[in-house]
Amino acid sequence: MNRPAQSPALSLGPILFHWPAERKRDFYFRIADEAPVDTVYLGEVICSKRMPFFAPFLDEVIERLQRSGIQVRLSTLAEITIQRDQREVELACDRRDVIVEANDASALNRLAGRPHAIGPYLNVYNEDTLAFLAGKGAIHVTLPSEIPADAIAILGASARSLGVGLEVQVYGRAPLALSARCYHARAHGRVKDTCQFVCENDADGLDLETLDAKSFLTVNGIQVLSHTCLNLAHALEAMVAQGVTDFRISPHSQDMVAVARTFRSVLDREIDPDEASRRLQVIGLPVPFSNGFYRHVEGYRWAN
Amino acid sequence: MTTPELVCPAGTPGALRTAVDAGADAVYCGFQNATNARNFPGLNFTVEELAQGVAYAHARGAKVLLAANTFPPAGQTDLWKRAVDDGVRLGVDAIIAADIGVMSYISRAYPDQRLHLSVQAGASSPEAIRFYCREFGVKRVVLPRILTVAEIAAVHAAIPCEIEAFVFGNIGMMAEGRCSLTNYVTGVSTNTDGVCSPACHVHYEEDAARNLTMRLGEFTLDRFSGGEQAGYPTICKGRYRAAGHEEPYYAFEEPRSLNLSALLPELVRAGVTALKIEGRQRSRAYVQSVVAAFRAAVDACAAGAKPELAGLLALTEGHRETPGAFGGKRWR
Repeated sequence: MNRPAQSPALSLGPILFHWPAERKRDFYFRIADEAPVDTVYLGEVICSKRMPFFAPFLDEVIERLQRSGIQVRLSTLAEITIQRDQREVELACDRRDVIVEANDASALNRLAGRPHAIGPYLNVYNEDTLAFLAGKGAIHVTLPSEIPADAIAILGASARSLGVGLEVQVYGRAPLALSARCYHARAHGRVKDTCQFVCENDADGLDLETLDAKSFLTVNGIQVLSHTCLNLAHALEAMVAQGVTDFRISPHSQDMVAVARTFRSVLDREIDPDEASRRLQVIGLPVPFSNGFYRHVEGYRWAN
Repeated sequence: MTTPELVCPAGTPGALRTAVDAGADAVYCGFQNATNARNFPGLNFTVEELAQGVAYAHARGAKVLLAANTFPPAGQTDLWKRAVDDGVRLGVDAIIAADIGVMSYISRAYPDQRLHLSVQAGASSPEAIRFYCREFGVKRVVLPRILTVAEIAAVHAAIPCEIEAFVFGNIGMMAEGRCSLTNYVTGVSTNTDGVCSPACHVHYEEDAARNLTMRLGEFTLDRFSGGEQAGYPTICKGRYRAAGHEEPYYAFEEPRSLNLSALLPELVRAGVTALKIEGRQRSRAYVQSVVAAFRAAVDACAAGAKPELAGLLALTEGHRETPGAFGGKRWR
């Protein structure tokens, strides 16, 4: 990781799914040892009920990642419904050893006035919003998944002039929606309060197909994700030129070290995007790629 | 009981007059472009029409709330600023907004303009609401439809502004302002284009046995056998297949409408200042019926009487209704 400071950075987003705590710990230990990533986002962003499981490992994982020279940021919950959610957001925001990534306005309320990051669940669609948030202490912004290339270019120029880091998700299922209802619990005839953590059965989410048996969406607790896997390998060079500073890989159950190495190789111009896509097809999530949002067409489409 | 304000949909100038005549305390409407979250063909107002609408409503003691509640894409914020400028110039009673950049503009350019936080901002917690109050002087929050009545009461006690809550109409299952499902399927963004499940991407197919298949873009959302009631197809009310389900099921929600009329007294006790009826895309006849029924119900509640609400069920989607999240935690 001895690259020039201006080199585009690679980050690993928060694990969106409910993996067993020991598995998460081991996953991060391997990331610390082997993955060419500059930043790792920790923290549960989907469901506060999942949080107690990983809590005992959090400090150990932070320490191990930091010792490997990886910057750690802590992501907050994307949706606040009950008081326990709010308490968890407050606990995260009160930490001073890591930069906190705000995923809703309640975190923003706590973090305003000191350096913080803005996550993809907080709507930053335009340069006015970006400038306002920078004025409140945002040093880094990850854009929502549906922002198209022309808007990224404008936001990139804006971020540059504000001195704000700009991040775009380039790999993994795209977050599409949030609800108060847990669709995982519903799929099992339960509700959120009686879920018995059935989401733990689906390491990459629960697939929904249409009546015609066509793969469509993915359920992850209160979240809906794309069935397809975002792959913006072909857009990296353009986004770097437009002012995007960081590229996010969203974790799945496949070999994320290999996925990170693949994207690092494209950023370092060791392989071209076609070769990267061929590799990702083998090592990554076994579903079709998409880049439609970036191309400003239907999000599920893949077109290069 | 304090009498809550009845906030009614005005998708067209005709619907505005209808709602005001039927007893609306306030109407909400938007301009004919992407600046509002019901940007459908044939709906909404020109600047001239809004001027007339404001005059009509004000002459009858009703307020006009302007929805400028979508998220401007980068490079296109001028359209939203112009909507705000026009609204202020025409004397609307409040502007409903969701985007931080838009609210920042309103509070700087028009510090005296009353500002409501749109449901599209998805502010569900006291901390989130306090952020918008502190930064932009928000006077009222339209709460996301994800809280129970008890939770609304707790929010009310912890925020410095009024609460407006949806009580009737179509409900999406996803948190407003945070849903890209339509964009995933159609390439049109709910957040920036103001459209959910646009009609131009909806396809109906009927087979010989009169089974009706509904598609959005390339994806089948539901299929009904002959004679079954079919609602308007949206992704969050479609039927899907999943492992462990032998039959397709409504993975998110069944096609039915929100109806909180039975909870009106509780909502008011919880601190709700304004009751909002969804439906800017609905007909004048619908607006007339729903607004008149709620006017009578609100007045009956205020007088301590039991409101008569049976007629409202006939106006719900597929004649099926739900109290949604408001009824209790079992909904989640």
